[in-house]
Amino acid sequence: MRRIISVLLENEPGALSRVVGLFSQRNYNIETLTVAATEDSTLSRMTVTTTGSDKVIEQITKQLNKLIEVVKLVDLTEGTHIERELMLIKLKAAGSQRAEIKRTVDIYRGQIVDVTSSVYTIQLAGNSDKLDAFIQTIGTSCILEVVRSGVSGIARGEKVLSL
Amino acid sequence: MELLSGADMIARFLQDEGIEYIYGYPGGSVLHIYDALFRQDKVKHILVRHEQAATHMADGYARATGKAGTVLVTSGPGATNTITGIATAFTDSIPMVVLCGQVPSTLIGEDAFQETDMMGVSRPVVKHNLTVRHPSEIPEILKKAYYLAQTGRPGPVVVDIPKDMTTPNERYEYVYPKKVKLRSYNPVVRGHSGQIKKAVDMLLAAKRPVLYAGGGVILGKASDKLVELAQLLGYPVTNTLMGLGGYPATDKQHLGMLGMHGSYEANMAMHHADLIVSIGARFDDRVTNAIDKFCPGARIVHIDIDPASISKTVEVDVPIVGPVDSVLKEMLALIKESKQDPDKNALASWWKNIDEWRACHGGRFVTTDEGIKPQQAVEALYKVTKGNAFVTSDVGQHQMFAAQYYKFDKPNRWINSGGLGTMGFGFPAAMGVKLNFPDDDVVCVTGEGSIQMNIQELSTCKQYDLPVKVLVLNNQSLGMVKQWQDMNYESRHAQSYMESLPDFTKLVEAYGHIGLTVEKLEDLEPTLEKAFAMKDKLVFINVMVDPHEHVYPMQIARGSMKDMWLSKTERT
Ligand SMILES: Cc1ncc(C[n+]2csc(CCOP(=O)(O)OP(=O)(O)O)c2C)c(N)n1
Ligand SMILES: [Mg+2]
Repeated sequence: MRRIISVLLENEPGALSRVVGLFSQRNYNIETLTVAATEDSTLSRMTVTTTGSDKVIEQITKQLNKLIEVVKLVDLTEGTHIERELMLIKLKAAGSQRAEIKRTVDIYRGQIVDVTSSVYTIQLAGNSDKLDAFIQTIGTSCILEVVRSGVSGIARGEKVLSL
Repeated sequence: MELLSGADMIARFLQDEGIEYIYGYPGGSVLHIYDALFRQDKVKHILVRHEQAATHMADGYARATGKAGTVLVTSGPGATNTITGIATAFTDSIPMVVLCGQVPSTLIGEDAFQETDMMGVSRPVVKHNLTVRHPSEIPEILKKAYYLAQTGRPGPVVVDIPKDMTTPNERYEYVYPKKVKLRSYNPVVRGHSGQIKKAVDMLLAAKRPVLYAGGGVILGKASDKLVELAQLLGYPVTNTLMGLGGYPATDKQHLGMLGMHGSYEANMAMHHADLIVSIGARFDDRVTNAIDKFCPGARIVHIDIDPASISKTVEVDVPIVGPVDSVLKEMLALIKESKQDPDKNALASWWKNIDEWRACHGGRFVTTDEGIKPQQAVEALYKVTKGNAFVTSDVGQHQMFAAQYYKFDKPNRWINSGGLGTMGFGFPAAMGVKLNFPDDDVVCVTGEGSIQMNIQELSTCKQYDLPVKVLVLNNQSLGMVKQWQDMNYESRHAQSYMESLPDFTKLVEAYGHIGLTVEKLEDLEPTLEKAFAMKDKLVFINVMVDPHEHVYPMQIARGSMKDMWLSKTERT
């Protein structure tokens, strides 16, 4: 099952490599990983999406917790949550394609953020399925480049992950 | 306010931390530190002949005392030579602090001479590693290193020290930090009382219980509590390879070791149990055999300080995360309070089963008129040392024979690389023990293969007068490898012979020690008596043993705990 694990860790050099190392060392999957400092500059917030059986996920969270630099973590998929991924996608857009692409972008609530006579660069945010669906709709033939941020997530409601 | 250079801070910190010995080897990046050590006389430095041995010495000390051993090495090859020793300590949760030199911070990343990314290289085999970014951080970083190494589930901690952090003329304020606090590290101090209550109810209701006790009992200094619990209830106890000595082996409630080369009765009892209480053990694959066939009728309670150990391999019914010592204490209190006794009849018939297993295969080997069986050498050692020695071991058949035939009644006396299985561990580990327990008998039971992995340390022993005893069970082969080849590869002995062995006696004499060789059974005990009578001499006893002997019982791969070979021809 796919899981989204949010981790607060010490914002120190090496902390990230420990997390990444743990995943490869123990043969766990990383699908996406995002990390950046929080409003408290001593802490980083990391979101990892991974897949595995309940047993594997339990081990992942326990092993992550064991890392000295990990301060707190939560499996967001255990409760209701919001997840977002940002995609920037560059498309061939010439002639009649331009209107068609524009329509599709509107349907997906994306934005065209850069334009040349033959290229559109589009920004799209949403959950990962939505980004996948957009790519599918557009079709690979006109895609020039795709960059995705990986998932960031946060719990719904009152629940917070903080110190 | 005291101003010290980084190098002097290190020396001073070690003093303040109460470190008596450190084990190491100098080199360019640590010369300032060595100079600082030279200018004081409280912390004594032991110069090994290979950095791996320094880690095993520190490890031996740690296993015998429960306190972290300290290692000091230079950058690059000095540091990488410690990796096997660090990994050995990591796998067995042994506290250790390894101080590694590093090239000056200004050169890091430039592939400088003797630069290795020790933080990266050591990362998967340490509990934690730390790097010094400013000399003034040294006291706090070192305190953190010892704190992390020795608390919670212990383990090795590496400290990477760039040379410019120890420059002699740059002085900073030194204060010994009495305490450290890490917001992200809070080891549990007691188990969940609801879980403990559940476990106690299960214990009292059990009909076929087994207490399965591991190295955590020794690390957690919970041996007394384990004995009290077992005796209060009258339940059988089995120990893992790491846990030997955690329960007195000569006691009638002790079933011996369990697992791959465990006793018949221990493995049978586990397989037929209705309740297994795992105490500081981790259901290692060398214990459980095939997980899907593991102890089919048993409910399982698992006490461990590390939550990640729980349900990692075997799913358990009642997990208790906490230090074994305090958990067992609470269990004892609850049992006494309950005024309830275990089911007498059930227990009697359980013991009847166990005694039958014991009688049928109580770990027998067949003696012959010719030659010496390796088991006999260990039995003779047990007799001559009256069961009181510190016994270290290497890896192979000799290790299993030592584990099976030396009856450890006390914790911290059996010292072996159980988890990583590091050949070359035993001798330096024995040196680390002897240095700190000069009045005790310390013996390394080893093989002619393993001993050659760190034999250069005979030189260190000469320098520091370390009169350990080395007992080589010489079967002229990499016996354990050969056994597997006999059993699984139709006796094709690919690279398992030790051809052109040295003349050990001469070799040992060349290093300035005493070498004895035993070829006949009747000479075995007298030679050992003689060797151990030489209290202040390193005596290396080379015992020629039957090269065809196998270790039994041996669990059959992919089977359950009760599937075992009991000899070359009989199986369960
Ligand atoms: C460093 C290392 N290399 C290889 C092995 C694999 N291995 C396990 S036992 C063994 C044979 C050991 O031979 P010896 O020390 O003579 O002991 P014996 O089994 O003959 O008693 C080997 C090679 C190991 N455990 N450690
Ligand atoms: Mg051998």
